[in-house]
Amino acid sequence: MKELSLNILDIAQNSVKAGADRIDISVSESVKNDTVGITIKDNGCGMSQKTLDSVTDPFFTTRTTRKVGLGIPLLRQLTLDTEGSFDISSKEGEGTSLRAVCRLSHLDRPPIGDITSTVTSLISAAPEIRYVYTHETDSGAFTLDTDDVKEMLGGVSVSEPEVLMWLTEYINENLESIDGGKI
Amino acid sequence: MKSLEELRAIKAKMQNSVQLRGVEDEDSVTRVVVGMATCGIAAGARPVLNKFIEEVQNRGLKNVLVTQTGCIGVCRLEPIVEVITPTGEKTTYVKMNADKVAKVVHEHLVNNKVVDEYTIANAD
Ligand SMILES: Nc1ncnc2c1ncn2[C@@H]1O[C@H](COP(=O)(O)OP(=O)(O)OP(=O)(O)O)[C@@H](O)[C@H]1O
Ligand code: FES
Repeated sequence: MKELSLNILDIAQNSVKAGADRIDISVSESVKNDTVGITIKDNGCGMSQKTLDSVTDPFFTTRTTRKVGLGIPLLRQLTLDTEGSFDISSKEGEGTSLRAVCRLSHLDRPPIGDITSTVTSLISAAPEIRYVYTHETDSGAFTLDTDDVKEMLGGVSVSEPEVLMWLTEYINENLESIDGGKI
Repeated sequence: MKSLEELRAIKAKMQNSVQLRGVEDEDSVTRVVVGMATCGIAAGARPVLNKFIEEVQNRGLKNVLVTQTGCIGVCRLEPIVEVITPTGEKTTYVKMNADKVAKVVHEHLVNNKVVDEYTIANAD
């Protein structure tokens, strides 16, 4: 993947598929600590211990159209390549939580990229899900909770193109104010 | 700085016009389905999806619904997009990018003319 935000999109799609109704995504970039951390947490169906054990194996997938899973092994490999860390925990019936950290200054670390697009793509994929997206930098933090957005919108769907375009500007402005998403 | 309060204005505007899609007009909707599995995302499906959303908004296309799916099954031809008309005719576009999206929106979604050169039938 060319951007970390694409890995995030890919992993969060698993949470959508797992039937979650809440997905928390947080990105923290810290020049001070020399880290870029990503956390994706869902309350979907979770995985059995057996599935969890095999999930970081690139030749494992539960889908039938293609014989290999890619998303999780790809991200895990990236954390290994960039002197970071990778953790995944999951409980059947409760959900899954994944944390990936890369060393910020590592030459092989991809840029965060267009994280705003990742968030709007996810909202558009499954507008009924509550997404809580937090972005933290050395100079501040920003949170978007789609429940707050839905409250303002009443019956209008968050996936209406006009709303998505507005959210794009809103998120970009807030990222700008904390100097986020530029590395 | 923008505030979430501004969404109330969007809501009011949309509720006043006939912009809201209801279940009853499902039958007149053209669906655009973007494949967003790992390989699709890696090949550039995200900007393709977002370009569709942007074009649909800018052109005010009320009867087009942009949705996503997982694997469509032909990795080397990703990003793949399916356009399904209200009558159920399906066109599969392959190796898409933002420029091609603009053309598909203009010719297929607006003028009802399939862009043959981008379809799977013409993929090399
Ligand atoms: N958040 C999750 N909740 C429940 N099951 C999950 C979750 N994430 C992954 N899985 C399980 O692990 C498997 C492997 O996931 P992975 O992302 O590696 O590949 P995939 O989703 O099968 O394929 P791809 O990401 O290429 O579309 C999935 O098929 C799914 O069964
Ligand atoms: S995995 Fe490549 S098209 Fe489905």
